Amino acid sequence: MATLSDRLNINSQIEHLQAKYVGTGHADLTKFEWALNIHRDSYASYVGHHNMVSYFGVVENESIGRVKYEFLQRMLLPCGLPPKAQDQSEDEEEK
Amino acid sequence: MHCYSLTLSRATGIQSAVYGNFSAAKAQEVVVSRGKVLELLRPNENGKMQTVVATEVFGCIRSMAAVRLTGSSVDHLMLGSDSGRIVLIKFNKDKNAWVKVHQETFGRSGCRRIVPGQYVAVDPKGRACMVGAVEKQKFVYVLNRDNLANLTISSPLEAHKSHHITFSICAMDCGFDNPIFAAIELDYSEADQDPTGEAASVAQKHLTFYEMDLGLNNVVRKWTDAVDNGANLLVAVPGGADGPGGVLVCAENFIIYKNQDHEEVRAVIPRRSDLPGDRGVLIVSYATHKKKAYSFFLVQSEYGDIYKVTLSYEGDNVSELKIKYFDTIPPCASIVVLKTGFLFAASEYGNHALYQFVGTGEDDDDVESSSAQLVQTEEGFQPVFFEPRPLKNLLLIDEMASLMPITDMKVANLLNEEIPQIYALCGRGPRASLSVLRPGLAVTELAVSPLPGAPTAVWTVKRNTQDEFDAFIVVSFANATLVFSIGEEVKETNESGFLGTVPTLHTQLLADNSMLQIYPGGLRHIRPDRRINEWKVPGRRNIKAAASNEKQVAIALQGGEVTVFELEQGTGQLVEAEKRDLGEDVSCVEVRGEGRGGRGGEGGGRGGGVPGDPPVPDGLMRASFLALGTYDQTVRVLSLDPGQGLKNLAVQALNSVPESILMLYNAGPGADRTTEGGLFIHVGLQNGILIRSEVDRVSGQLTDSRTRFLGTKAPKLFPASVRGVRCMLALSSRPWLGYNDQGRFNLSPLSYDALDYASGFASDQCPEGFVSVVKSTLRILAVENVGDAFNTQVGGDGGRGGEGGLGLTRPRGILRILAVENVGDAFNTQACRLRYTPRRLLIHPDYKVLLIAEADHAAVPLAEREDLQARLAAIAEQEGAPVQGVEFNDELAALEEQFGAPKGQPGQWAGCLRIVDPATLSTVFVQELDNNEAVVSMALVELQLPGAGQGIEKLLAVGCARGLRYMPTDCEAAYIRIYRVLDAGRRLELLHKTPVDGGAPGALAGLKGRLLSGVGPTLRLYDMGKKKLLRKCEYNRLPHQIVSITVQGPRIYVGDAQESVHMMRYKKADNAFYIFADDIAPRYLTSLLPLDYDTVAAGDKFGNLVVLRLPKEASQQVEDDPTGGKMAAASGRLNGAPHKLEEVVKFHVGDTITSLQRAEMQAGGQEVLIYSTVMGAIGVLYPFTNREDVDFFSHLEMHLRQEHPPLSGRDHLGFRSAYFPVRACVDGDLCGQFASIPVKKQQMIAESMDRTTGEVLKKLEDIRNKIL
Repeated sequence: MATLSDRLNINSQIEHLQAKYVGTGHADLTKFEWALNIHRDSYASYVGHHNMVSYFGVVENESIGRVKYEFLQRMLLPCGLPPKAQDQSEDEEEK
Repeated sequence: MHCYSLTLSRATGIQSAVYGNFSAAKAQEVVVSRGKVLELLRPNENGKMQTVVATEVFGCIRSMAAVRLTGSSVDHLMLGSDSGRIVLIKFNKDKNAWVKVHQETFGRSGCRRIVPGQYVAVDPKGRACMVGAVEKQKFVYVLNRDNLANLTISSPLEAHKSHHITFSICAMDCGFDNPIFAAIELDYSEADQDPTGEAASVAQKHLTFYEMDLGLNNVVRKWTDAVDNGANLLVAVPGGADGPGGVLVCAENFIIYKNQDHEEVRAVIPRRSDLPGDRGVLIVSYATHKKKAYSFFLVQSEYGDIYKVTLSYEGDNVSELKIKYFDTIPPCASIVVLKTGFLFAASEYGNHALYQFVGTGEDDDDVESSSAQLVQTEEGFQPVFFEPRPLKNLLLIDEMASLMPITDMKVANLLNEEIPQIYALCGRGPRASLSVLRPGLAVTELAVSPLPGAPTAVWTVKRNTQDEFDAFIVVSFANATLVFSIGEEVKETNESGFLGTVPTLHTQLLADNSMLQIYPGGLRHIRPDRRINEWKVPGRRNIKAAASNEKQVAIALQGGEVTVFELEQGTGQLVEAEKRDLGEDVSCVEVRGEGRGGRGGEGGGRGGGVPGDPPVPDGLMRASFLALGTYDQTVRVLSLDPGQGLKNLAVQALNSVPESILMLYNAGPGADRTTEGGLFIHVGLQNGILIRSEVDRVSGQLTDSRTRFLGTKAPKLFPASVRGVRCMLALSSRPWLGYNDQGRFNLSPLSYDALDYASGFASDQCPEGFVSVVKSTLRILAVENVGDAFNTQVGGDGGRGGEGGLGLTRPRGILRILAVENVGDAFNTQACRLRYTPRRLLIHPDYKVLLIAEADHAAVPLAEREDLQARLAAIAEQEGAPVQGVEFNDELAALEEQFGAPKGQPGQWAGCLRIVDPATLSTVFVQELDNNEAVVSMALVELQLPGAGQGIEKLLAVGCARGLRYMPTDCEAAYIRIYRVLDAGRRLELLHKTPVDGGAPGALAGLKGRLLSGVGPTLRLYDMGKKKLLRKCEYNRLPHQIVSITVQGPRIYVGDAQESVHMMRYKKADNAFYIFADDIAPRYLTSLLPLDYDTVAAGDKFGNLVVLRLPKEASQQVEDDPTGGKMAAASGRLNGAPHKLEEVVKFHVGDTITSLQRAEMQAGGQEVLIYSTVMGAIGVLYPFTNREDVDFFSHLEMHLRQEHPPLSGRDHLGFRSAYFPVRACVDGDLCGQFASIPVKKQQMIAESMDRTTGEVLKKLEDIRNKIL
């Protein structure tokens, strides 16, 4: 049976995981945070795969170097501004 | 269905390039990564870049750096890949292969955000290296050498910083002080928390120095400072004794010098005067030229302009930073300066190039900006402008063809050739082209001169064994022999001493520089002093076949008597050495063989007689084997050892009469080509088959026979020289070239007409060609690009190249000299220049013309290009005919290709429709699209014309979007244009244009006389009307954006941009669409190809190929259902379709797939699935036809995965399953590596499969030959 210390242990383990592996989710993750991670992961993957940046480059008629730079730049705020703290619950309800 | 995946032509685009001395000290070499292929390039003496070795790494290479350990004279290479490992490799010259030196795991595999591999940087003194991720993680490894001078690496030291995005990393040059790594970082943690957006707007990039303390063995953040927010690239400045140290930070519009405790020195990057004001100038690649006294940097902007950056400094204090316009070349992924004064430009898209420096860029006329003249105004820093100009400091030496990106491809036999041609749309913007690829090597015709009568054979003879070039061409006719001397021109001569009144059977330059002519009646030995010895055949018999090398001559008489002569040293006489009566007529003879002879072969090729003479290896008196083909359908190997009396060593029974024999050494993979590889005998049979058997070098036994059908004529085999190595020319109903490429024997067809007889040819203009006779003509040829899988045809409108290899007219009685270039390519290429980035390609099946849609985003349409309009008008006036576009004028097109098209605004489009005639590869019709429209789809559809009594007509439907923008995809308006194809495919006429709502029309298809269109996520059916299309029915619940529609009978296969395939039906009675089956996984489809009624193949953006099949029961159910599955569709599960598609084959190609086609790549061959990719690769999936092959190759793959793990450190199975687990597909590229692994391992693998190495290699060769 799981004891209290086990549970603490699990919590601390999860915290450790979250600190170590960026993007690890948790129970209270908001939609925005989740989307942030997804977008940043996607951009990082595009930048890493040369065929993907090249593909974007052809479509947009831009230099590959420019596309890479823009993608990295977009990692700062990939999904627009974060929602205000109190609006968050309302947003959730709406959806 | 079980498939064998094989890359026919590897990717041609370059991801990055690194300079270094990898194979030997001072070797000028460049390593390029082509995404998943690592290639070592070296310029040859003519300045042509040549591939030394290309290795598939089965991983995604993201970054590379050369590592030079202190005191070492050669470089190691460090790979940053998706393997989650640091990999250090070294080039082994003897094996001609990369060898893994170190591989340490630091993270998970895959191109992830926080797993390092995106950036690598190595301390210039080779003491430490840094591997960085896009975010957070950076590892520093200390590099050391053990007492055997082997490279060792330490355990990693962390230099992590969470919530920081890294833009660039570089290793600073600080002499022998502690290594320092610099990084541009951006902290996003605040921005994530702040809903007002203020934090995001003030987010500041920082330049951070990480110092690796070698004494304490730790890494510290030594210094960090705010840096311009446009910063994207770091360039280390030579330090220590060589310069001030520090870094150049390349930012949008600026280059800034920064160092710890040093004020920043900033200069603006000069910008093109025609650049829109809101566009920045970003540096995308750089090269550092470092010399003791003088060092400079070449940096290239995203528009292709190269600037020379120099620093003025005193001690550690930099006083001025100057940026001077240098030259303009197309934008590069990497530029590399070679120490010999060359610049290798690895283009982002299109051909790569090698330039020579012809100027230093010190000219005063060129625009220069300096930190000292930086003017700050209220609107920021004052820009400096320049106009790009033609090359001044660089001189183009060589181009390496690149198809990247292939945007669309079709395979069809429009020209009635033996095999279909591949039509590929390649390139971007003004460098775009339509390329025609044909399997085989391209041949250049070098010379043409007239000949009387019909020649039967041809040889070339040198004057002296030491000569590099041939002196005579000997042409034999039915009853005469003509000799031509090769000089400024080829002309007839009498000075050779050859007998002109008899036909010739064979010629040879002997070791003592005497010449030998063998004719039916005897031997004519022409001594160097022009004394002539004749040997007449005794009796009334004739010589039927003859062969020779520099010291031995073998002749076979009528009736089967074989005589061998040897050149006696001292007297210089040909002396009869052996004689034997076989009792059977001999059809062909060959003399060759000894202990080890690859080198000997080369000696013969270059120094000795005719290139490709069977040479006696240095120091040996004689060749050891005499091979004979006889009319009793056997081939025999006889011993030439003295006293053996031409003893039979081996006899092989054949199924037809041998016509020609040639023995060749198979070059081993090693650099000196003698270490491995065996002696092979090639026999051409009268039934058109070529048999290749291995000859035991000692016993002469024949083993391991392989056969290949070459054509309908008996193959005649001739020696020729390729890259200085003896190789084989096999002439059947088409010519073939057998040669060694990277340790493997290749037999490739030449893209040329059938030849009758040929011989190697070397002259001043053409060091490696061949001379041949065809009917009554004589030609000299050369091969291009040995090593490639395809040949690409370049030409067409202005003519980017020659006529290519085909369609040559052949006047009678003409001598031609031809050369083969680029030996090693499997395909040869021809191309037709285009105006904008090509998007869609269609083939009109009736008129056999190619329809191409081109469109460029953020580009200025031709009509608005004032600069061009004026020039075009001027040219039109000169030529007296209007010029429709830039691509029709060579000069203008060259400029446009060099400078790139000017940038327009986002949402601004330039596009055109074009018809190309495949026979001449020229544009027959081109029309610009007006109204800022971009072509997004195009289809030829059979439409029921409006009005009573009207029939069905094949019309061109074009889906256009006005003001299309991406991320997110949106357009102002969308239209479907209907064109009529007129004048047998020479003209298009717009019938009408229908606005459509709901998004861009991403796909079009015909459905029973109506037009089916995918407009955004809506599938819509239109009827053809008189003024516009009439909307009949729609289905608007498809997930995202329709990218592909194909129709088969009542079924409609719809591909979605994100949600894979949907199978739909149209119910006429209800006038409704419904989905009856869909896929279980999201796939970002790019291409969709139905294989049969229930099966489709699809390719996606992430590089996966999948074959999906509707289960048999489901298919039956749908067909049987009286409601047509309508009720079932209504009861779909979780908003999905009632039936799900099964994944039959899944495979990760590792490169975005742009098109899928079915084709037979061989006459009478099996149909294969052929795909093209963004990086310019062409590959196939070959469906296995029997279970045995499936087992064999699956096992071979399994063993190779274990015994020969990929170079990048990525697990092979992991890579092929990167997105979806691999299924029912064997990786032929991995299996192909069996040929290049050490012999011991080969034997071990073969043994565990209960086969011999030869059998495994034969299987591999067989399957390759089945495909191409």
